[in-house]
Amino acid sequence: MSEPGKAAHLDIALNVVRTGHGQDFELNVEFVAGTGITILFGPSGSGKSTILQAVAGLYKPSKGHIRLGDELWSEGGTGRFVPPEKRGVAYLFQSLALFPHMSALHNVCYGMSRKMPKVEREENARALLKRVGVDHLAKRKPQTFSGGEAQRVALARALATNPKVLLLDEPFSALDRELRVQLARLVVELVHELKIPALQVTHNHGEAAAMGSRILKMRSGRIIADGSPEEILGGRKGFQDIGKTPMPALLPRALKE
Amino acid sequence: MNWDPLWLSYKVATIATILSFVIGVGIATLLSQTRFRGRELVDALVTVPMVMPPTVLGYYVLTAVGKNSWLGQTYESLTGGHIAFSVVGCVIAAFVGSVPLVIKSARSALERVDPTVVQAARTLGASPTRAYLTVQLPLAAPGIAAGVMLAFARALGDFGVTVMVAGSIPGQTQTAALYVYEQVAKQAPAGAMVAVLTATAIFVLYTVNSLGRRSDIQYG
Repeated sequence: MSEPGKAAHLDIALNVVRTGHGQDFELNVEFVAGTGITILFGPSGSGKSTILQAVAGLYKPSKGHIRLGDELWSEGGTGRFVPPEKRGVAYLFQSLALFPHMSALHNVCYGMSRKMPKVEREENARALLKRVGVDHLAKRKPQTFSGGEAQRVALARALATNPKVLLLDEPFSALDRELRVQLARLVVELVHELKIPALQVTHNHGEAAAMGSRILKMRSGRIIADGSPEEILGGRKGFQDIGKTPMPALLPRALKE
Repeated sequence: MNWDPLWLSYKVATIATILSFVIGVGIATLLSQTRFRGRELVDALVTVPMVMPPTVLGYYVLTAVGKNSWLGQTYESLTGGHIAFSVVGCVIAAFVGSVPLVIKSARSALERVDPTVVQAARTLGASPTRAYLTVQLPLAAPGIAAGVMLAFARALGDFGVTVMVAGSIPGQTQTAALYVYEQVAKQAPAGAMVAVLTATAIFVLYTVNSLGRRSDIQYG
């Protein structure tokens, strides 16, 4: 186990063939992600989500390895595979995947250690909901939430486990610009506080430029560029720019081909 | 009107439905959560009672639990009684006809649950069993409940299997459906019994539809 409070690097090497969108494609990537947000940037079908699934343990890669600090989570050669519940990875799904039969409070409590007394768990969950600005929703169920509210509850739920890694799969794709800006700020703040590695999948140029501390540009299962937002996207954008320019106009020509 | 057959029917159907619920959800869990060779063959085998002529199904059950069968003899050595032509036979007859309805609806309800919601539970630290019990099963509950209601209606109305396995012994194994047949054969009145059985069936279907609407709301 890596020491709590000490940031561990996420070391990823994957070489797998996946079937998707009606055709097989080869994913071949190798990188180490440190603390802060590493953006996996590229068009859909480039293998970004497969990387997240492999890190979370929702998919077992046949070749390569995934390591967090000195914990070996997955290794193709030896067949070693740590199941998702033992990894401590928080995953913010694109669909959010809130539990529809539970209140916001119980959604957030779900991932907390059951050794903790119930009262304490609920207290912590309330504090987390407050931190993301939706403590008034504690008793309500997800069907009644707006897009932004659901997003905030999902974020609180993901953070309730004291995660060692945060994964974000196009987290803001369903939101309008105003909300994107607010939530992007919140996520960057939280990742900064937690000092953990975060991988964020997006094909939104503004989002990548505003949130990433590092950009991995991907195409057809490979990393084609790796660097700071300045280097890769030609300049860091402010949060206010998220979604301001229509995405296609901003996409580098290489991605449009 | 002799109402004893109706009470027997309700009693038999209730016990058979409880059995169908427990065993049916168990089999549906196995079919939906695990991948093994011959899975669809198992599904076909446990579903085939739905489409088989009831007398043929009854023939199989009678062969399996009759006096000379292994099950029948074991039962006799344990209890001194017989399965065939007893109330236990009625229950088994009602059970074999109704359990496929639970298996079918429970499997489909379990498989309809959004897999990312179950995956979310796993990333939040839930073992496969905990994710199943606290997320997948509760979300499938309305669909399973609808199947259980249908199983009850099916168990209550069974004729063919029961007549083969349990006979139609008045005061012992004569259920409401068999009673109606006998009354008509004797040209005696059966209208009141028919009305009660019809009302029960309508009530069950109405409830099933309401449960269906509830699960629609839940899945959005």
